[in-house]
Amino acid sequence: MNMIREWDWSTVIDAFPLIFKAMWITLGMTIACYAFALVFGLVWTFIRRVRIKPLQRLISFIMEFIRTTPPLVQLYFIYYAWPLVPYVGVTLDPITTSILGLGIHFSTYISEIYRSGIESVDKGQWEAATALNFSTRQKWTKIILPQAIPPTIPMLGNYLIIMFKEIPLTAAVGVGGMLLTAQKYGAKFYEYMEPLTLVALFFLLLSYPSSILVQKLEQKMNRRFDKKPGGSNNGKEVTAS
Amino acid sequence: MAISGYLDILSVLSRGLYYTISILIVSAIIGYIIAFVAGFGRISRFSFIRRFTMIYVEFFRGTSLIVQLFWFYYVLPLPNFWAGTLAIGLNYGAYMSEIVRGSILAVPKGQTEASIALNMSNWQRMRLVILPQALRMMLPEFGNYLIQMVKATSLVSLIGLTDITYQAMVYRASNIPQSIEVFVILLIVYFLIALPLIALTRWLERMSSKGVARE
Amino acid sequence: MEPIVKYEDVHKSFGDLEVLKGIDLNIAPAEKVALIGPSGSGKTTIIRLLMTLEKPTSGYIEVDGDPLWHKEVNGKLVPADEKHLREVRGKIGMVFQHFNLFPHMTILKNCTVAPINVLGMDKEEAEQRAVEMLEKVGLADKLEAYPSQLSGGQKQRVAMARALVMRPKVMLFDEVTSALDPELVGEVLEVIREIAEEGEMAMILVTHEMDFARDVADRVVFLDNGVIAEQGKPKDILENPQSERLQSFLERFRTSSSS
Repeated sequence: MNMIREWDWSTVIDAFPLIFKAMWITLGMTIACYAFALVFGLVWTFIRRVRIKPLQRLISFIMEFIRTTPPLVQLYFIYYAWPLVPYVGVTLDPITTSILGLGIHFSTYISEIYRSGIESVDKGQWEAATALNFSTRQKWTKIILPQAIPPTIPMLGNYLIIMFKEIPLTAAVGVGGMLLTAQKYGAKFYEYMEPLTLVALFFLLLSYPSSILVQKLEQKMNRRFDKKPGGSNNGKEVTAS
Repeated sequence: MAISGYLDILSVLSRGLYYTISILIVSAIIGYIIAFVAGFGRISRFSFIRRFTMIYVEFFRGTSLIVQLFWFYYVLPLPNFWAGTLAIGLNYGAYMSEIVRGSILAVPKGQTEASIALNMSNWQRMRLVILPQALRMMLPEFGNYLIQMVKATSLVSLIGLTDITYQAMVYRASNIPQSIEVFVILLIVYFLIALPLIALTRWLERMSSKGVARE
Repeated sequence: MEPIVKYEDVHKSFGDLEVLKGIDLNIAPAEKVALIGPSGSGKTTIIRLLMTLEKPTSGYIEVDGDPLWHKEVNGKLVPADEKHLREVRGKIGMVFQHFNLFPHMTILKNCTVAPINVLGMDKEEAEQRAVEMLEKVGLADKLEAYPSQLSGGQKQRVAMARALVMRPKVMLFDEVTSALDPELVGEVLEVIREIAEEGEMAMILVTHEMDFARDVADRVVFLDNGVIAEQGKPKDILENPQSERLQSFLERFRTSSSS
């Protein structure tokens, strides 16, 4: 086993601009995958509200399956196997693959958040809305969603951070974010320590302040409402590797 | 595709099962030990221990697991088995230490007061009153994280450890027309590994609702 | 005079449990009716059916001449759709045991959101009417407060103003004081008494406050085990109960409420 060699500042200076540039790709991918997950999560949530038992069971199963299998393999499936699927298969570039793969994977978690938000609204609110003769649409837009969404914002924020930390996975299908850039740099000059440490520090510097922000937001939300918002996961975070 | 094709894929994957399972078990053991050590560290009486464990926890939660894995493998450099298990164990240990800490703090204050009134020592209070209740809250979360760890084991294929994902990629490279079957079977195998853990977690959730004092 | 509310042989079951076993009840316009009875007797269910929060298992309910849970198509009664329900529901208002104020809106907004969106009233008119009603319940100084800043009694008064703004012909009160601290009950009952004295609205009150029922109600209906066991003028029912069940119910009440 090799010994750790000495830290070399000139390598840091050399690698920094490359990794800094790649950071924007990582951040862009985070936003794209996250946006896809937010929208697709909505789709799951609404399909699951359709009152057909077999459909609900099927959707629950599919979601569970997506949640409990590795996103890495899901990326491989989309990248390598999807083009071969008869009729619907098309070849997808690494970026589209990643948006679909991570987006769908995380949408199953996001959907649970939406659901917990909706379920946290007291039954009496539905009843009061009925008693005041609101239409179904008005009940959702005026009464239920304005109460269901705010308590979920900190949790959704948490998932943005989790998504950010999951983006290096896309290096496996060739998206040139920070990790792949460091890896390539390492392979070229055989100096992995500085670039990989830089990548780690970039992640820490971006995610730690964000998570403190989310915590603050959560405390603020808890104070704002009469009741304790239900479904909060109390700052617990999950990862989805 | 003929049945024999599926059997081929399964037999190739089974060669990687040993690594997938052993990585899972070793990382889980490391993770749980770290979770308790760091969890207690976070609520220690000594501020330097609290600060030290907090730095550890925030560092491992703040950087990405896959970056840590690469760092252990390329920088330290550890053999790939230990790079894999240590990265997963230390990363999940950091997350789970929050569960340990949170659960201990979530035991209502009245329980502590009652133990003091019964003249228990600090250790007795922790062992007889606080921990038994805190464990019931922790276990379902531990189960959830174990399922997450199953997924995380697939990352070790990226540092050349021949787990089931690695074997699938090797098989696919020489049998490209079978790509769909390879990855579908691979996903199903992961699901089957996770299935008993899902059942275990649900059971733990049911058990945990009993025997915890409420405020 | 035609009744404003009519129940004909109304049944309601929750699973195997039959809560209402054939209710026949007519309520005249502007009549104040108090529903009393032991818990589980079905009194709350009666008004929840009228507010369309629960669906009757069988039977017929009419509001102001229109069938509530049915509609007429070519001279035949078919189950009502949401459009029909919304038309008839407009004549009914309700005040809940747990207030059910909207926590994300100010007091004023709580009282204007329905008139603006449901009745299509313009904002100014809705606010004017809301302020008028909030004055009536004594909370015109709390317009910009949020529900979480109010006491239980204040919340319940806002809930009444919110229902009044909609100008219902029938107002339902579901144990509106039972979630309140004892010292706050008085202010809420006082407001109901004032509304009742204005006289134009029919009121159905599910209540445990016997003295209040005697004061306000034109008629007291005693429910027991899913049927109307006895009904009549408050004085007769409360001071001269005929059935043994009602006697023992009132007896229990006196002992428990004097403690």
